[in-house]
Amino acid sequence: MRASTRIIAGIVAVVLIAAAVAAFAIAWRPAIAAIDPPDPQSFDTALVKRGRDLAAIGNCSDCHTPRGAKNFAGGLPVPTPFGTIFSTNITPDPETGIGRWSEAAFRRAMRSGVNREGQHLYPTFPYDHFTNVSDEDDRALYAFLMTRQPVRAAARENQLSFPFNQRLAITGWKLLFLRHDTYRPDPKQSAEWNRGAYLVEGLAHCGACHTPRNALGAERVSARFAGGDVDDWHAYAINDQSRSPVPWTADALFAYLREGWHPDHGTARGPMAKVVSNLSSVPASDVRAIAVYMASVSGTTPGRAGPSEDALTRARTASQTNSVGASIYTAACASCHEGGRPLPYGGVDLGLSTAISSPDPRNLANVVLSGIDAVEGERSPIMPGFAASMNDDQASALLNYLRARFSDQPAWADLKKTIADARRTQTVFLQTSPAPRNAPADPQQREKP
Amino acid sequence: MMTLKVNGREHQVDAEADTPLLYVLRDDLKLNAAKYGCGLGQCGSCTVIVDGKAVLSCVMPMVLLEGKQVTTLEGLGTIAEPAPIQRAFMEEQAAQCGYCIPGMMMRAQALLQKNSKPTDEQIRAELEPHLCRCGTHMRILRAVHRAARLMDTADALPAANGSAR
Repeated sequence: MRASTRIIAGIVAVVLIAAAVAAFAIAWRPAIAAIDPPDPQSFDTALVKRGRDLAAIGNCSDCHTPRGAKNFAGGLPVPTPFGTIFSTNITPDPETGIGRWSEAAFRRAMRSGVNREGQHLYPTFPYDHFTNVSDEDDRALYAFLMTRQPVRAAARENQLSFPFNQRLAITGWKLLFLRHDTYRPDPKQSAEWNRGAYLVEGLAHCGACHTPRNALGAERVSARFAGGDVDDWHAYAINDQSRSPVPWTADALFAYLREGWHPDHGTARGPMAKVVSNLSSVPASDVRAIAVYMASVSGTTPGRAGPSEDALTRARTASQTNSVGASIYTAACASCHEGGRPLPYGGVDLGLSTAISSPDPRNLANVVLSGIDAVEGERSPIMPGFAASMNDDQASALLNYLRARFSDQPAWADLKKTIADARRTQTVFLQTSPAPRNAPADPQQREKP
Repeated sequence: MMTLKVNGREHQVDAEADTPLLYVLRDDLKLNAAKYGCGLGQCGSCTVIVDGKAVLSCVMPMVLLEGKQVTTLEGLGTIAEPAPIQRAFMEEQAAQCGYCIPGMMMRAQALLQKNSKPTDEQIRAELEPHLCRCGTHMRILRAVHRAARLMDTADALPAANGSAR
């Protein structure tokens, strides 16, 4: 964090604390009485099943089930500009989980980010989205979670600096940024569009990654879906600023979210791999609704076509001016990416790669250095990582070459720093994140050689 | 012409900057331990050690090798005096068809150089990029553990020109 940002953050924080203290009366939330953990048999099975699908749409397991941990037992470190926050145990364990939470306590946590004891929760838990979730869906989610295997796992202590370690400061954040609205349908739009909007803005919390955040970590309302950060990856802009070489359509988005890949866009990897893995198991109609709504958000920008005509000319210029990058590309990349083998197992035509056209080079650096791991027990696209083969200068030469050859965008600034960071952080990401559970392909595709 | 250091010796090779290292090793230097499997960096059979790290030589252009030390399986030991990793694979009878084994041995060697007592889990994770269609995985695992023990005992040190150690 730059010094100026830190000073601003500090001043704002002090103001916030003052506001928070003044607002103590409204800040205080009572505890909700503990209950005896409900008998799992007492929940209707159809409700539990709905809750399962909703939890998949909400991608709950991504944060609450770190790699190697028991399902929903929490403990994932989430790095923020204010320190590290750990996800909590949402299994029905009575002591360390939510076993003693009533449905009302669960709903209050979803709606307004307050735990059963009355403590304010950090907005890393995206209640700014979950406030849109209906009572009915909260009931189903509650039924699903309360019928999971209880796991004894105490929450880890957050590592936050003052004043962010004061939960009272969260009240100030909420006064500024939390709108206690539930989703209101737009009568001018179709039922499908409204269903999609309800999911995207609520449970699916797409904006939590794809919308940039302000100095206090709140989503910037004026830049909805303009691209954000997640786990040292860039979450692409999915509004009209999308840099996808081929514009997204509802059909393409549906296929991508459902199967994890699309011939015009490539394969979902990085943190998005878990999202599509989860979405592969929920009702198709919900994924279709999400796609319909998001396609209307991103809009089709007229006049934007696929890879431009002068690609060959650019390629020639790029190889003349960057022979190291060109040589690496020929030996290390072209064998797969020009191999003509269809997706999802073949390498995507790099002219279609959003990573290369994106203003942020992190995703490309991450994939080039660390590759794409095989998904255990499934057929899946893989790519070797090149961290051991290239130093930062050489990786830089390759990325510059790819940018010049496969996009019409200007060269990236600070590329070497990005590559050095990617070399450092990617290891951490791979150690702590849950592995994707499904291969991003439909069963029929998997049967093909 | 460029200079390529392999197994402690310098070679003058006539190769393009974008030629994969594997081609030079096999075609020019006649070092055939590294195998051509898929040519796409997806099977691991072409693995060699470059400056202590396991790399896939089929997707490693010559331009990246300037000033680097390449070690192939030939550089670890000989038939008369096999290196610990080679002895261990033989003693555990870890090869069936054997095509993947040189690559497996090279990555295992690189692992053992930085971690002399890897756990089962670490070995599995490290060897994940390597495919074995015969299915000797359990023997390979045992062989890597055996190699770790062999390297631990002084008398197991081979006399070969193993520049990787």
